Amino acid sequence: MQDIDLSRQGETFLCRSFSKGVKTMKYETVVGLEVHVELSTNTKIFCSCANEFGGEPNTHACPICTGMPGVLPVLNEKVVEYAAKAGLALNCEIANFSKMDRKGYYYPDLPKAYQISQFDLPICNNGYVMINTDGKEKKIRILRIHMEEDAGKLLHEGTLGSKVDYNRCGVPLIEIVTEPDLRSADEAKDFLDTLKAAMEYVGVSDCKMEEGSLRCDVNVSVRPLGSEKLGTRCEMKNVNSFSAAYKAIKYEAQRQIELLEDGEEIVQQTRRWDDEKGKTFAMRGKEEAHDYRYFPDPDLVPVVLTDEQIEGYRKSLPELASAKKGRYIEELGLSEYDAGVLTSSKYIADYFETALKEYDKPKKLANWVMGDLLRILKDEGILPENMQSNPKLMVEAMKLVDDGVVNVTVGKNVFEEAFRTNKKPEQIVEEKGLKQISDTGELEKMIKELIAENPKPAEDYRAGNKKALTFYVGQIMKATKGKANPKIVNEIIIKEIEG
Amino acid sequence: MESYELTLKQTIKKIKSGELLPSELTKDYIERIKSVEGDIDALNETEFDSALKKAKDMDEKIKSGKAGALAGVPYILKDNMCTKGLKTTCSSRILGDFVPPYNATVVDKLAEADAVLLAKANMDEFAMGSSTENSAFKKTNNPFDFSRVPGGSSGGSAAAVASKQAAFALGSDTGGSIRQPASYCGVVGMKPTYGVVSRYGLVAFASSLDQIGPLTKTVEDSAIVLNAIAGHDKKDSTSISAEFSDFTEGLDKDIKGMKIGVPKEYFGVGLDSEVKASIDKAIKTFEELGAAVEETSLPTFDYALSAYYIISSAEATSNLSRYDGVKYGYRADEFEDIVDLYKQTRTEGFGDEVKRRIMLGNYVLSSGYYDAYYLKAQKIRTLIKQDFDNLFEKYDLILSPTAPSVAFKAGEKEDPMAMYMIDIYTVPINIAGLPAISIPSGLNTEGMPIGLQLIGKPLSEKTILNAGHRFEQARGDFPLPKL
Repeated sequence: MQDIDLSRQGETFLCRSFSKGVKTMKYETVVGLEVHVELSTNTKIFCSCANEFGGEPNTHACPICTGMPGVLPVLNEKVVEYAAKAGLALNCEIANFSKMDRKGYYYPDLPKAYQISQFDLPICNNGYVMINTDGKEKKIRILRIHMEEDAGKLLHEGTLGSKVDYNRCGVPLIEIVTEPDLRSADEAKDFLDTLKAAMEYVGVSDCKMEEGSLRCDVNVSVRPLGSEKLGTRCEMKNVNSFSAAYKAIKYEAQRQIELLEDGEEIVQQTRRWDDEKGKTFAMRGKEEAHDYRYFPDPDLVPVVLTDEQIEGYRKSLPELASAKKGRYIEELGLSEYDAGVLTSSKYIADYFETALKEYDKPKKLANWVMGDLLRILKDEGILPENMQSNPKLMVEAMKLVDDGVVNVTVGKNVFEEAFRTNKKPEQIVEEKGLKQISDTGELEKMIKELIAENPKPAEDYRAGNKKALTFYVGQIMKATKGKANPKIVNEIIIKEIEG
Repeated sequence: MESYELTLKQTIKKIKSGELLPSELTKDYIERIKSVEGDIDALNETEFDSALKKAKDMDEKIKSGKAGALAGVPYILKDNMCTKGLKTTCSSRILGDFVPPYNATVVDKLAEADAVLLAKANMDEFAMGSSTENSAFKKTNNPFDFSRVPGGSSGGSAAAVASKQAAFALGSDTGGSIRQPASYCGVVGMKPTYGVVSRYGLVAFASSLDQIGPLTKTVEDSAIVLNAIAGHDKKDSTSISAEFSDFTEGLDKDIKGMKIGVPKEYFGVGLDSEVKASIDKAIKTFEELGAAVEETSLPTFDYALSAYYIISSAEATSNLSRYDGVKYGYRADEFEDIVDLYKQTRTEGFGDEVKRRIMLGNYVLSSGYYDAYYLKAQKIRTLIKQDFDNLFEKYDLILSPTAPSVAFKAGEKEDPMAMYMIDIYTVPINIAGLPAISIPSGLNTEGMPIGLQLIGKPLSEKTILNAGHRFEQARGDFPLPKL
């Protein structure tokens, strides 16, 4: 569902050194991701402030958000539940015992000068995600998932210096850390799409990219193809969209390969991704890396989950993408491809299933959803999660076609208009006079006249060129502004010609 | 008898009976403060107008019979507990003008009990110190001898109670900061079990050790205050979710057969001979009351002080990192960029002792040193807890001196290590999260008070109060200085 238009490239890069007469070497890109997902709990992680996006600066911030002296954090139980459910959806082991730690660093958007996070005992460990890139299934291991609080935002305004908005402080996050199992920007993109879909299915995050609900840090290294040893990695910050992740990986891998080719060494670095320039820039080296001075937060008690609680979370999980896909194939008789597309987003699957309740022809419905709904979303630049339209509109349009009120082409146009205007399809048909003409008498008259005026195609037809009919059909559809029932038109034409 | 001479218990009785009007009592205390505070300098800020107003309301409320347990009783708060709309400075320049928009839970609880806040008391900056000399604002004098320190860090609270400026005061105790000044000033100071009193709104020094408690004239008064401030608070995850029964119940119970252990490590090098003599005498008193007192051992005692300074400094460095000049409190006037703003603000805003602890804390948490210091200190913490657990299988209480010596002269201890050593008898209790009380056991030949420490197992406040109260009765009156 991402707005990535770059053409897919292979996962290996050919070096450019053959021009220097050296043996050609192939490189492999190795990628690990740290994905931050904002959880959609009602309140923040450590206080009762509303967990809402936006608002006037500092209107969703209390003394706890702003780190005032003497205030204390209290862990929101829903955050624990959501983090555990996210872990279960990603096949993780959920820890019976985990704890919160303080990660210390100074920055104006971090009011306590430490972030409450999890260091050595995160809530989820050892999971995996199955991705499918170019038809190849692959397991991407999840190292860990931990809970933490978000920081505020710096607003740079004119010459008066910067201002801080603390509204985002205390917004609950989970950080999902993968093993370095990804081998290309394409795999990374597939992973992120799959991960996003999983979070949406479990319902722990609204995954609104434009609101920053999903952000990632990207670790990239390269190594000669076939080498077991990992290369020196660089971590890229400020990667705020999936398309940015894709481009950043491509750019960074190429940058590293070029360095190696020039006989230089890769220096372990944190680099900043500049999305406008499409380049990464060095932020700090290994030596200047922050010493976060992690230690257990003494204001919070350990997070203890019993096996029963974890089992309870597992049972309360909704049907996830892979199970849904299997069911669509088994029970609805859809193709693997169709089932895959429909379940790639929870919001698309939800739409499909809502419609299915009132229109029990899965294959036909799947075609409309995949062919028309997805096209309209793409044309309009609407992400599935932001789609407002009621699936009933599609069902009504389809029924109008089935009932012969309009033909398929008109039906689809009606649906598109219904989607955009939220008007009922029937009303659109009524207002625009789109009812198809099934009155055979009137059509017969028109067709007779048409053949009399244009005898050539009829002759061709009789001579064996069956395709010649399309001329008449086209003319009739044109004359009736597409409202004629094409099936009936066809029958009448044949009847007239064959006499 | 002047109303400020009364114990808290007597005060409450007189108010309830209508014999003493809250407004009259508050006026008496205000006059008292005006007459002695010039010598003592215990207070950072007074709240006379609001106190008088509240006291007048209490005059009426008492008549209605709906008044709270501490109705109309004036009290003083250590200046590290947040008071909505009133300055809360921690005796630090960096919070010199800080006015919190919220109350600490203890402040709300005392307001519910209808107590009257009179003033905020001086302290060592951010509760770091044992003499109140680390205040950025003023030196507080010991009411028994103005040339001596009141102890610390709750030195202002202890000196205020000893000089009868309030019926009671609250202090906070991270490594002895209630008990040691109580001992130096001849009053009773109690540190409850960690988690009995909410820490919400107590400006944190070392979160895993900090605990609020009362400073009073008598043991019974401490029990009365504890009734008002103890209790689970959903705003503090570390507060204990238990119902507490009346702490004043059973104070008079016979302590015959009570088993009291006296760890020999508490009587090693550095213990003043007059303090030892006073504690020995106290032990005799307990024996006369029928308690079985015997020598025992706390093997990990020697490691407690080091572990304490590592853990408390580590937590402090993190807790104090929020004072960066960005959001509230002091900000340096001149700076070049954001990093310089941090540097200048913190350089100018913090005193030497606070800076020393921040540096120590950063050091022990830094990568490469964490295991050798912080982690090891946490292991020692576990061992100390186990040591106490073992002792409490045998004994109901542990008895010791509160501090190795009596209050020292102001400016006498310039070496930080010498100052840290003063906490040697009190820090193990915080490390183990136990309740303990300091009760005056007598005076030395110079007329300076000596404190006796009683330590109990977790949530054994009532045992401590019972034994302490019986001891106090047997000891007899302990006159505070006439000022």
